[in-house]
Amino acid sequence: MYKVKVYVTLRESVLDPQGSAVKNSLHSLGFKEVQDVRIGKYMELLIEKSDRHIDDVVKEMCDKLLANPVIEDYRYELEEVVAQ
Amino acid sequence: MKFAVIVFPGSNCDIDMYHAIKDELGEEVEYVWHDETDLSRFDGILLPGGFSYGDYLRSGAIAQFAHVMKEVIKAAEEGKPILGVCNGFQILLESGLLPGAMRRNQKLKFICRPVKLRVENNQTMFTKEYEQGELITIPIAHGEGNYYCDEETLQKLKENGQIVFTYESNPNGSLLDIAGIVNERGNVLGMMPHPERAVNELLGSADGLKLFKSIVRNWREAHVTNA
Repeated sequence: MYKVKVYVTLRESVLDPQGSAVKNSLHSLGFKEVQDVRIGKYMELLIEKSDRHIDDVVKEMCDKLLANPVIEDYRYELEEVVAQ
Repeated sequence: MKFAVIVFPGSNCDIDMYHAIKDELGEEVEYVWHDETDLSRFDGILLPGGFSYGDYLRSGAIAQFAHVMKEVIKAAEEGKPILGVCNGFQILLESGLLPGAMRRNQKLKFICRPVKLRVENNQTMFTKEYEQGELITIPIAHGEGNYYCDEETLQKLKENGQIVFTYESNPNGSLLDIAGIVNERGNVLGMMPHPERAVNELLGSADGLKLFKSIVRNWREAHVTNA
């Protein structure tokens, strides 16, 4: 069994209006040192081992559904876990 | 001409769309549930607005894999007219029938009000009843209508006349004020504004009716002898 942590963020070239609003809010709280805020999504998946390589499985899921390649990038972390 | 209004869990403009076709346009129309596997009996497909599957993950992301979408793609390949409004537009983008993606509105607000649109291309099967450059009033109601695509795609949209409607005063940050685009073949239209909500002067505007009349006119010219 794998525990997969998927991080989806807006691509660098795409303006993030939520991130800008949060950055402005942090500035008004006095955190002037904040240069940039990007807001994304975090997903945790539990995936059973199969014949297919886990990287291929996760990449296919991200490309097809979990991220939209037109505006989003993704990365993920894999961890082997023992089934409960 | 017979239309299908596709209904997903969370669609909420399906009844308006049905009313526009049946009572204002006077054509045949049926509701079609998202698990339908045959759309061959229809001449035109309408994807209504709403919040399909709660807009979970991204607007339209889950709806793109509903069973009926395979049939919608097939109908698009056959050249049938496909219209996606608001969430319907977002579904067309997610499913790849139209290029690009939607971002949150620039000012993060859900905007619900009538807006002025310009008809940028009146040579499509959806806009023949309009004058080129005509200004029309159609309501918008969305939180994610900020159209985005890469530079290369944008150039193609411009060159091919695929930008069909633009906002006169950009409400959401959309690239090039884009409100609606068609695919290269010209039979799939996605637009954020709601023409089905502007089909009678009692509603504040009847400017949306010409869009539906254009679809019917185009279909009659192609399918009815002595039209």
